[in-house]
Amino acid sequence: MQYLNKNTIVVNDLTFARKIIEIGQVNISPCYQCLTCSLGCPVAFAMDYRPNQLIRMVQLGLKESVLSSSAIWLCANCETCAARCPNEVDIPKLMDALREMSLKEGFASQKSIISFNRSFLHSIRRWGKQFELPMLLQFKLMTGDLFSDLDLGAKMLIKGKMKLTPPHFKKSAVIKSIFRKSEGPSR
Amino acid sequence: MKRPLKYAYFPGCSLESTASEYNQSVKAVSARLGIELVDIPDWNCCGASAAHSMNRQLAHALAGRNLALSEKTGLDMMVACPACYIRFRTTYQVAKDEPIQKLAIENYIGMSYRANHQIRHLLDVIYTEVGLDTIKSQVTHPLKNLKVVCYYGCYLVRPPKIVAFDDPENPLIMDKIITALGSEVRDWSGKVDCCGGSLSLNKKAIASKLVHDISDMARKVGAEAIITACPLCQSNLETRQDNKKNKIPIIYFTELMGLAMDIPDSRLWFKKHLISPLNLLASYGL
Repeated sequence: MQYLNKNTIVVNDLTFARKIIEIGQVNISPCYQCLTCSLGCPVAFAMDYRPNQLIRMVQLGLKESVLSSSAIWLCANCETCAARCPNEVDIPKLMDALREMSLKEGFASQKSIISFNRSFLHSIRRWGKQFELPMLLQFKLMTGDLFSDLDLGAKMLIKGKMKLTPPHFKKSAVIKSIFRKSEGPSR
Repeated sequence: MKRPLKYAYFPGCSLESTASEYNQSVKAVSARLGIELVDIPDWNCCGASAAHSMNRQLAHALAGRNLALSEKTGLDMMVACPACYIRFRTTYQVAKDEPIQKLAIENYIGMSYRANHQIRHLLDVIYTEVGLDTIKSQVTHPLKNLKVVCYYGCYLVRPPKIVAFDDPENPLIMDKIITALGSEVRDWSGKVDCCGGSLSLNKKAIASKLVHDISDMARKVGAEAIITACPLCQSNLETRQDNKKNKIPIIYFTELMGLAMDIPDSRLWFKKHLISPLNLLASYGL
């Protein structure tokens, strides 16, 4: 089956919905497109596809459009949709599964969000906790956006809101082993 | 108070850095209210939104290690940061419902975890276990005339099946606590709106729009300060407010409790704010 849009031909992947439902452990079939999720979504205004559209697209097997969308990364995980859905479709859980697949299969857009997540996780791997100063420096180097928010950073340093020495943490071997195991053979 | 209150206390990374004033006020107010806080030895970062967005197994393992460590103390866990709180409640529920997941978590962290202790948020403990009567009895300096709105954000109320100890659309617990301190708490429509905290650094334009909307709603009902229980909301609401407008201070509910209870250090906490509430408080003789 093929879906034609203005510039591209999108080939449906009929196994996509089944895979997402399986890895996400989330039931999306009860969705009847009432739009409650998208109307309450605080970031829908900035998304390329709204949450209700994403659900329909997953059902239709539009894998590439879904996995490369900005929507799955802009989702702020605020849980408003999950709290309001009349059919208890757990959209945040669906988003987690979509994000994970989009990373694994190389579709992920939204570099700044992924860079932030990577810097954040790197800090845990290295120090067990957040060490904000090097974490933010790494984030800035990854995105090449070196100069924004420098005034804010300076203010936070002056107010003592950022540590200058690494956080106290002893069992760093345990944390490193958690990271290694979680990366497993699938990554 | 029914019984001695003693909890394994999880502050979280923010409370050791950007929100150290929250940590100090939590400890001081807990001591005043008779809540004993026991440190969880060598806790790690909960992973927050970054971990579950990238790798769910990693997210459960990072949260699971803290859960197992706190369970080992033999005490229920008390969490100050709502973003940590939802991670722990989520992993706890998964471990409880899915035995295979529980085994996987134990394997990842190299510790046993039984998942049979309680995970409570500080706000819930103060309201449910300490109670408004005890709070009122400790107020020596009522915060008369101070007009505020209480901001709950996301993870104290959503998703209701995992976290909620209050109504998910119109929570009132914080409103009641702050009213007990003598303040004038205004009703408003922004109390459970998302501030976009997870996008504060990587999608500034989106976070700023959400923060502008929330601070405008607070202004509309005449609030002079926004009260919060979340270090990420506090930081995002402070840093992304509209520079062209009068900025509204964002105050932790425990800071106001400390002020109303005349805890000596309370004025030092406010010095850490990027939008200082000191002039506002001084205008009411506080």
